[in-house]
Amino acid sequence: MSAVRAGDVTIGSAGAPAHPTERGRSLRRLWRLRWGLAAALVLLLIVFVTLAAPWLAPYSPVEVDIQHRLGPPAWMEGGKTDHWLGTDQIGRDLLSRMIYGGRVSLLIGVTAVAISSTIGVLLGLAAGYFGAKIDWIIMTLINVMLTFPFVLLALAVIAVLGPSLPNMIFVLGVAGWPIYARVIRAETMALREREFVVAGRALGMSHARIIFGQILPNLVSAITVVATLQIAQVIILESFLSFLGLGVQPPTPAWGNMLGEGRVYMLNSWWIAAFPGAAIFITTLVINLMGNALRDWLDPHMKL
Amino acid sequence: MRLYIARQLTQLVVVILGISLLAFAILHVLGDPVLLLLPQNAGKAEFERYRHLLGLDRPLYVQYWKFVSGAVCGDFGKSWYADTPAFKLVLERMPATIYLTLAGLVVALLIALPLGLLAALKRHSWIDTLCTALAVAGQATPLFWLGIMLIIVFAVRLKALPASGYGTWQNFVMPAFCLGAALAPITMRLVRSGVIEVMNMEFIKTARAKGLAEGRVVVKHAFRNACIPVITVLGLQFGQLLGGAVVTETVFAWPGVATLTVDSIRNQDFPVVQCAVVLLALIIVSINFVVDMVVGYIDPRIRVGG
Repeated sequence: MSAVRAGDVTIGSAGAPAHPTERGRSLRRLWRLRWGLAAALVLLLIVFVTLAAPWLAPYSPVEVDIQHRLGPPAWMEGGKTDHWLGTDQIGRDLLSRMIYGGRVSLLIGVTAVAISSTIGVLLGLAAGYFGAKIDWIIMTLINVMLTFPFVLLALAVIAVLGPSLPNMIFVLGVAGWPIYARVIRAETMALREREFVVAGRALGMSHARIIFGQILPNLVSAITVVATLQIAQVIILESFLSFLGLGVQPPTPAWGNMLGEGRVYMLNSWWIAAFPGAAIFITTLVINLMGNALRDWLDPHMKL
Repeated sequence: MRLYIARQLTQLVVVILGISLLAFAILHVLGDPVLLLLPQNAGKAEFERYRHLLGLDRPLYVQYWKFVSGAVCGDFGKSWYADTPAFKLVLERMPATIYLTLAGLVVALLIALPLGLLAALKRHSWIDTLCTALAVAGQATPLFWLGIMLIIVFAVRLKALPASGYGTWQNFVMPAFCLGAALAPITMRLVRSGVIEVMNMEFIKTARAKGLAEGRVVVKHAFRNACIPVITVLGLQFGQLLGGAVVTETVFAWPGVATLTVDSIRNQDFPVVQCAVVLLALIIVSINFVVDMVVGYIDPRIRVGG
C-alpha cells in the first residue's frame, strides 16, 4: 500500500536512474526468479535420481530380507550404514524403494498431464474460437466435470476398472482436462479478436490454420504454467489413491502406497511412512515453486 | 436480472442431468456388478437370474430412464448390500459431511482472511513473504499425510484429541483443521491479490483524498470489493472442498457421505454410489447457483456480461 503511494509521488521526479543498464535489469530479473530457479535445480536432481534408479539404488526395491525388518535409518540408534534410510516391515531397503517409487509417481504425473492437457487444450480452443453452441456444450461439460469431485470420479472409475498403473494414468489423464479447457477458452476468446487473427481470416486462412498456426503458439506459456502446476496436483492425487489401496499395487513401490503401508507401523517405526510423505511434499513443493516462477516470468498478469 | 436467473437455472438443470449421466455411465458401462456380487463358481443360470432380478438385463436407456424418474422422487433404489433404500442411507450420513465441510470452511476463512489482508497491506514485507511461503508449503502438503501426522502427534503421542469418531466438539478439531488447512492457501492468495487489485483503483484514491482514515478505507472500500472474487471462487471451490472432505473423512473415519461412497464404491453398491454422487452434486450446483445470484446482484457487470 505504501509502495503504491510512493510510486504515485515519484512519477516524473528525478532520483531513480532513468535507464538501468541492460545487464542490471536481467540480473534483477534473475534475482526475482531465484526461488523458481532453485526449485528447478532440486526438481532436476529428483528427476535425475529417479531416472538413474537402477544405478543409484543400493538394493532391488522388492528384495525382501525378513531378518532385518523395521531397521531404523543409519543415523539413529541401532541403524546400520548398509540401509541409509532403514528398512520397512518386510526388510526391504527404504532408500531403494524411495528412488524407484519416485519413478512411478513422476511417470504418472507427466503422462496424465500430457493426456489431460491435450484434451483440455483442444476443447478449450474449440470453445473459445467457435463460440455459440460449441462453446455452450463444452462449457456445460466443464461445469459437469468441475462439479463432480475429482477424487470421487477417480475412485469410481478405478473401482470399476480395477487398480493398475495404466488405469491410473487413464483416469487421472481423462479427468483432469477441464482446468486447461477453462484457461485456454478464456485466452482464445481474447485472442480471437486481435488484429492478426482478423487479418488471417480476411486473407482466407482456414480455421485449422488460424487455430493451430496463430492462436496456439500464443497460448504456449499459459499451457506450460497450468501443466506444471497440474503435475503436482496429479502426484498428490495419485498418492492418495495408492494410499487407499486403489492405485499402484504392491509390491511395486510408489510414494503413495509406501505411505499407506507404513501408516500401520507409524507408532514405532515412523520412518516407513515419513520419508515417502516428505518426498511427496518436497516434489510437489518444488514443482509449485517452479510453476509460480514460470508464471511470473512468462506472463505476470495471468490469473491462475 | 430475470434473463440472468433463467440462464443460470437452465445451466443448473443441464449440469445435474450431465452428472447423473456420468454417474450412471461410469457404473453401468464400465463394470458388471453381478460378477462381483456372486461367487466365482456360480453357474451361468444364476448370473442371468441375478441380472434379471436387479434389472441389469434391460437396455441401458431403459435403466437410465428408470434411474432418473425414480431419482426425481427421491427413489434411488435399494442398497444391494444393506437392503435399505439408498436415499435413506445417504441422508443419514449427510449432516456429518455438511458439518465437517462448514467447519472446514470456517477454519479456512479464519486463517485466510486475516493473513491475506495483512499480506496485501504489508506487500513485499517479511509478513507477505512468510504468508506466501506458508501458502506454497500448504499447497504442497498432501491432505491425508497432514491428517496422519495430526493423529500421531495429538491423538497418539499427546492423547489430547480423539483420533476418530463423531459427536463431541473434540472430534471436530482435527478434521476441521485438516480440511481448512487444505482450502486456506488458495483463499489467502485470492484475498491478497483481490485486495491489492482494489487498493490500486481510483475510488480508493478518492476515498483517501476525501481524508478518510486508512482503516476505514481498507475495511469499507477495499475489503468489501475484494470479497467478490473470493466469494465466487469459494463457491466454485465447494466441489473441491467436498473432494477434500472425501480425503479427510477417510483418514479420520468420519461417518459422512464420503466414507459411505468410498465403501460403496469398493462394494460395487451402485444405487448408493449413484444416490450419493447425485445428491452431492445437487448441493454443489445449488451453492454455485446461489453464489452466482449473490455476485450477480452485487455486481451488475457480471449478470450482463456472463
